[in-house]
Amino acid sequence: MGEFIVRRLLLMIPTLIIVSSIAFFVIQAPPGDFVSAHAARLEERGQDVDRAVLEAMRARYGLDQPIHVQYFRWVRNMLRGDLGVSFDWNAPVTAVIARRIPNSILISLVSFLYVYIVAIPIGMLSAVRQYSLADYFFTFVAFIGLGIPNFLFALVVLWLVFSATGSVMIGLFSTEYVDAAWSWSRLLDMARHIWIPALIVGTEGTAKIVRVMRANLLDELQKPYVMVARAKGLPQARVNYKYPFRIAVNPVVSTIGWTLPSLVTGEMLVSLVLGLPTLAPVFFRSLQMQDMYLAGGIVFVLTFLTLIGTLVSDILLGWIDPRIRFSSM
Amino acid sequence: MSFRSIWRKLDNAFYALTERRRTKRQEKLIEKKSGQLEFASQWQLIRWKFARHKLAMFALGVMTMLFLMAIFAEFVAPYNPRAFREDFATAPPQRPRLYCPEEGRWYARPFVYPIVRDFDEDTWAVTFEEDRSEKLFIRLFVRGSTYRLMNIAFLESDLRLFGVEDGVISLMGNDTRGRDLFSRIVFGARISLSVGLLGIAISFVIGIIMGGISGYFGGTVDVVIQRIIEAIKAIPTIPLWMALSVALPIHWPLLRVYFFVVLILSIIGWTGVARVVRGKFLSLRTEDFVKAAELDGASNWRLIWRYMLPSFYSYVIARLTLEVPSMILGETALSFLGLGLQPPAISWGVLLQDAQHVRVMANAPWLLIPGVFVFVAILTFNFVGDGLRDAADPYSNV
Repeated sequence: MGEFIVRRLLLMIPTLIIVSSIAFFVIQAPPGDFVSAHAARLEERGQDVDRAVLEAMRARYGLDQPIHVQYFRWVRNMLRGDLGVSFDWNAPVTAVIARRIPNSILISLVSFLYVYIVAIPIGMLSAVRQYSLADYFFTFVAFIGLGIPNFLFALVVLWLVFSATGSVMIGLFSTEYVDAAWSWSRLLDMARHIWIPALIVGTEGTAKIVRVMRANLLDELQKPYVMVARAKGLPQARVNYKYPFRIAVNPVVSTIGWTLPSLVTGEMLVSLVLGLPTLAPVFFRSLQMQDMYLAGGIVFVLTFLTLIGTLVSDILLGWIDPRIRFSSM
Repeated sequence: MSFRSIWRKLDNAFYALTERRRTKRQEKLIEKKSGQLEFASQWQLIRWKFARHKLAMFALGVMTMLFLMAIFAEFVAPYNPRAFREDFATAPPQRPRLYCPEEGRWYARPFVYPIVRDFDEDTWAVTFEEDRSEKLFIRLFVRGSTYRLMNIAFLESDLRLFGVEDGVISLMGNDTRGRDLFSRIVFGARISLSVGLLGIAISFVIGIIMGGISGYFGGTVDVVIQRIIEAIKAIPTIPLWMALSVALPIHWPLLRVYFFVVLILSIIGWTGVARVVRGKFLSLRTEDFVKAAELDGASNWRLIWRYMLPSFYSYVIARLTLEVPSMILGETALSFLGLGLQPPAISWGVLLQDAQHVRVMANAPWLLIPGVFVFVAILTFNFVGDGLRDAADPYSNV
């Protein structure tokens, strides 16, 4: 097991290199460097721009160096926990991200739990009672969940809330808790609010996993060993629980690899539509202001967290299922 | 009687009902099987298997309609999508009716009531109401403003699929600047649907090349490409797309922005194809017919194009169909956020920008209708893709 974890960790290194180059590309992609963007903004405000100061800034951030030198510089600083400076916020990128990211992670985590807790039992029910009324009902609901884009779903929810209460504030907290320090009552208050975004974010994932689970279990239920177990006289429920369920759940665990990125994506869109105080509005603003160090930093951090999540799920999977632990050796 | 027992009865009745249909379908299949199956070509088998997938067949019909609508947008839309009537901003949809309550009689031809603008003296609010005294009958093939079909010079016409004489018909209401929403949706289908198709076409090319190299040559190249794919897959799509789309200069012409948006969407799309192609290449390399061709002295190129690709491209196409929805969604989400295509371009995402402000939307919920079209398009591609994927492998439990 230890060897499996070490190997999995080593595999992450090249992945991280690629991801960091993509994030760096994001920083570099807009025309002009951020110093000229900064100068343009200063000029817009009617302030004087000193050429010498700009050149000094370029030199300080190494923007006069060739691109690969800049990349290594960025990576080296990143390893020291420094993702550069956000000009818009006038603060280190890490500080800006750290302030908002807990809310983002929380929403993604809650919707993640919701996806699997809801989808697995429904998928099982649909498969065991194939073609029953419940199966048709859930298949239908899953289709709707599959088709509705989450930002559209969020818009509809926003509209419903607005027409019911006349307020556009969904938020993560009630007004009295917004700026309060963390306490039990604040946490409870958050729990009362967070289910709406979490539900919206999780819909698509739930729909997909229900279908995966149903298909897996249907395949498994047709296998001869199930018939043998029944012929032997085991009650159906016991057969299901002991064998096909366990086997059919494994591929579902491996779906974590793609549900995590899609949940992060969904969280971003839904937060933007609902106006939640997560990383999403900060990211959106950073793009509008061409505050690219912040934008690239957010892309990198989000991907990094997704990779960590996938790593944990892979290790879990290796722990549950020895075939995976040994097959990739 | 308890709820439980009612449910059980209902459930059993339902099961029995659907069971009968299922067995009938099975019998029909066996009938066919005994006669023609042995002599059918692979394409025939694929067609038969696809046709068994009722939902996919239905979805294929809907999809065809959507595409016809997009291709003949000028003909289907009753008005020019850019023509506006300032006074009728956010005018509500007109409901087609057959029954006239005033006269208490039914009509064979559907009609709408004209919308009149009113002004509330007290609140200064503009209101719209149906004028019940007049009826506008909906007619097929009405003469309207002239247009050029698909912008081709000699296809100039003024014939529209439907419309009304002496009046205005707006089946889905007007947008915030008084343009006919239905016409705009019809035109929006062009961009929104073609983004998906062009996107997978690009993904397909990149995917086949990368997956082919990876699977055919193996070794270090394979490891490197697999790492790249894995890294790209781990990046949450929307943030990356958003970040890349801000790099597009604002002064670019529409067509170039469109093309680059599609390219940005394909950056992630190709990875799925590459994986599938690689897997197929790996498994095909050990097949006897490939070995035989190789021993026969066929070149690498010939091996790939003549022997290996034809044996799985139907499967790859089926898989590609399943990638279309994420492309359509990506374009819609980007444009909705104002990062993808910008007005005056018309796509479903651009149309949804109007719905961004909840106060506007609450007064004019029909601004969400483009979202319904997105929903339908995504579902149809999913269903057709599912059907194709099952059919693409016609020898598995026919």
